Amino acid sequence: MRLNRSVREGLTDLLLAGPATAVMVLLIFLPVGIVAVLSFTDYQFGAASFRWVGWDNYRAILADPFGRRALVNTLTYAAITIPASISLGLLVAIGLHGLTRHQPRLAAVLRAVYFLPVAATLVAMAVAWQMILHPTLGLVNQALGAAGLEGPSWLSDRALVIWTLAAIGIWQSVGYNMVLFLAGLAAIPPHLYDAAAVDGADRPWDRFWTVTWPMLGPVTLFVTVVTATSAFRVFETVATLTQGGPAFASDVLVYAIYREGFVYFKAGHASALTMVFFALVLLFTALKFRVLETQVHYR
Amino acid sequence: MRAPRLLSFALLLIGAAVVLLPFYWMVSLSFKAPDEIFTPTLDLWPNALRWQNYAAALSRTNLLLYLWNGTVVCAGILVFQLLFAVPCAYALAQRRFRGRTLVFGLILAGLLVPFHVTAIPLFLGLARFGLIDTYAALIVPFIASVFGMFLFRQAFAVMPAALFDAARVDGLSEFQIVWRIAFPLALPAATAFGIFSVVAHWNDLFWPLIATTSPDLATPPRGILYFRDRESGDDVGPLMAAAVLVVAPMVVGFLMAQRAFIRGIAAGGLKG
Amino acid sequence: MIELRNLSRHYGATRVLDGVSLTLEPGRFTALLGPSGCGKSTLLRLVAGLDRPSTGQILFDGRDVAQESPSERNVAMVFQAYALYPHLTVAQNIALPLAMRRLGRLGRSPLGALSPAVRRTRATLARDVRAVAELLEIVPLLARKPAQLSGGQQQRVALARALVRDPSVFLLDEPLSNLDARLRIQMRAELVALHRRTGHTFLYVTHDQAEAMAMAERIAVMLDGRIAQVGSPRALYERPATCDVAGFIGAHPINLIPGPPEGGLPPALASGQPAPERPLVVGLRPEHLTPAADGPVQGRLDRVAFQGDVQVLGLRLEADGTPLRATAPPDWPAPDAGSAVRLGYRPEHLHLFDAAHGTRIANPGEESSCA
Repeated sequence: MRLNRSVREGLTDLLLAGPATAVMVLLIFLPVGIVAVLSFTDYQFGAASFRWVGWDNYRAILADPFGRRALVNTLTYAAITIPASISLGLLVAIGLHGLTRHQPRLAAVLRAVYFLPVAATLVAMAVAWQMILHPTLGLVNQALGAAGLEGPSWLSDRALVIWTLAAIGIWQSVGYNMVLFLAGLAAIPPHLYDAAAVDGADRPWDRFWTVTWPMLGPVTLFVTVVTATSAFRVFETVATLTQGGPAFASDVLVYAIYREGFVYFKAGHASALTMVFFALVLLFTALKFRVLETQVHYR
Repeated sequence: MRAPRLLSFALLLIGAAVVLLPFYWMVSLSFKAPDEIFTPTLDLWPNALRWQNYAAALSRTNLLLYLWNGTVVCAGILVFQLLFAVPCAYALAQRRFRGRTLVFGLILAGLLVPFHVTAIPLFLGLARFGLIDTYAALIVPFIASVFGMFLFRQAFAVMPAALFDAARVDGLSEFQIVWRIAFPLALPAATAFGIFSVVAHWNDLFWPLIATTSPDLATPPRGILYFRDRESGDDVGPLMAAAVLVVAPMVVGFLMAQRAFIRGIAAGGLKG
Repeated sequence: MIELRNLSRHYGATRVLDGVSLTLEPGRFTALLGPSGCGKSTLLRLVAGLDRPSTGQILFDGRDVAQESPSERNVAMVFQAYALYPHLTVAQNIALPLAMRRLGRLGRSPLGALSPAVRRTRATLARDVRAVAELLEIVPLLARKPAQLSGGQQQRVALARALVRDPSVFLLDEPLSNLDARLRIQMRAELVALHRRTGHTFLYVTHDQAEAMAMAERIAVMLDGRIAQVGSPRALYERPATCDVAGFIGAHPINLIPGPPEGGLPPALASGQPAPERPLVVGLRPEHLTPAADGPVQGRLDRVAFQGDVQVLGLRLEADGTPLRATAPPDWPAPDAGSAVRLGYRPEHLHLFDAAHGTRIANPGEESSCA
């Protein structure tokens, strides 16, 4: 029997869009709902039942000084990484942008070099960093020793470890920001610099503040949000190098989710950590979409 | 004017050296003999190119299996992502149906959700079906790529509608239009998405750490950690050789198709 | 024969088509003429089966095709921007509709080469592609991709893709609008020749009245979602059914001059001929209003545009300043702007329209058929 044409068309739409919509709901939205519910329970993986505990999990994460470590460390890590990675990315981009005019090939090679860490497998690179930062045999401390200085224990010093991890985070993300800034710089019409020169802004420093920086505004905002959200997600280096140690000095949100949830099986507690992490990311991604929207309006 | 230019050039070179340092050191160590590594003196270069470490990495660990697992998982994820995302994106871009704005709204909302947020319920669900510690556990959670749906929808939306009308007149079904006309035309978007997806899942540690316990299912990053933890640090050469082999596919791929890689990974910034 | 019965299409509250009825006779070249936004492209999509009417029926040889897809209706269509598949070669573009029809899933896959039957079908398919390519003189282009072709060549490929099968109707959606002026004139003649040679039913959508007049055997003028008039080019020109049709047809925009409210002709044109005693709008084409030493119309010249074969005059009526367009032969010695000019016309060239509804009122002496 032949189906009515509108039924056939409807069926086609269902077959085209239905499966994707179904897996999207099943694998993204349903889990988000479940995690939100679990965050108010004391559920443990494998347990037969659970109890409602209200805001207890959140209180443990946000109010308890001991429980707050993961959040504080994450914010510290982000506070170091975000400005450093963005400003370095911008500096490298400006340098390469200038170099492209005189040495296009060399600039292309350097661009590839700076971007390399973005594509490389971070876990493997972290293992390489571990060797470089080894307290006695590592390249860094051997070099410091040769200069007569005593190198610290980069990854087992409680005060230092988050800085070391942040440095690796910066090393990994500068290339990404550089690429976005390069695109932003290439999009600045050259006649703006001529206009600025006519108006008296002809020194590099003046040119930067009158033309480059304002024109890079939207790119900078986008870069900031992307850098921030990826800083909040820091996991690979922590899992590979410190496992949150020493004494939780490098415990961060995603690692805490992993440890509480999948090592200690405290699903309720881990769910609350997840929701805190989610709120943090949402705050910044919502901002990103606002930015994207305005950019689209301009086009 | 020449002095500042020289200065900035010098700074760029120093920066590049710092960026390359771990790559260089990893390769250098991978060729060194143990007595070269464990000396208090600094040797920047190995005395000779020794391939023993690579042989050791391949023979004493399941490195080849890890690389194979990584390939299977990345390919599986990408194929299913495309299978689901492309037809849906086409329907959203080139057909009108009830619920279209709702589905697109869900996609935009989905972009805001980092994968980590869904990990606990996904683990519960996979455990319920007894799928933990299988390939399926590594692949299934990623098959709904809202990022892919978004990217392809944007690509399809700018294609002229007349092209698809022509295909309908020529007798193609909607599914034939999706795979024979729309998808080949979206090849730039598909390449960008494919690179993004493969790089992300080849390099991922978070989910493999959760979803598998058996070393036989380890993906390359997970495998590196197995190797390191077992050798407890006294077998640096082979460990570095293994790291080189894990990083190599991504690095080689990037160097061969820089433009596509950068576009793919940069586009990934759209995802939360 | 294709019959459209009382077709309407609305999107939400906007009514794009409003009760359109039209019959396409087999083998005829019909043009659907109207300004952009009048609904003519929507009508074409309804006939093709790419869109469905809100109400009304479409009959192909008496069979209601509401449930049939475009390929089941076996329509062929040429699109405004050609809509060639950019990733396929010219030969593949032309072959696709045939392959979809004649080859199964296996036959279209590379594996199909293993089956002798498929190989035979493919051979005839290649022959058909070649034949149509020869007809349109694009054989040297067969291996190229659309991006390597000029606009005119893409146009030919699009025609070939539509012609390669034996369609029930040939639908063309402004196919010449993307070509430059000279090529457009050349393609007009080729399309007419193609129509004659193939004998297919053509439905040709255009907003260019000159194109429709030059090519079509019948023209359906569409205004605001309705068919305003159907007829031969000559009938539309000589006996436009409404003011709007009169305004749309003709190389030079027609003069439409309102008469006095109590009825009769405007005083400037009233030179003794009889007229109905009711409020009128009088249409007079510029090509029918020419300088004449003893003409009844007195105007003052504003400007003269020399166009080679003709001079187009812009004037104002001496009596009340109403703007008028007129024409003069190229050798007419044009006086300076501001000079007084006398103009004449033949009474049978006056078109009388009811002032309230814009409908035609038969001239005395003209048999009273409008369509």
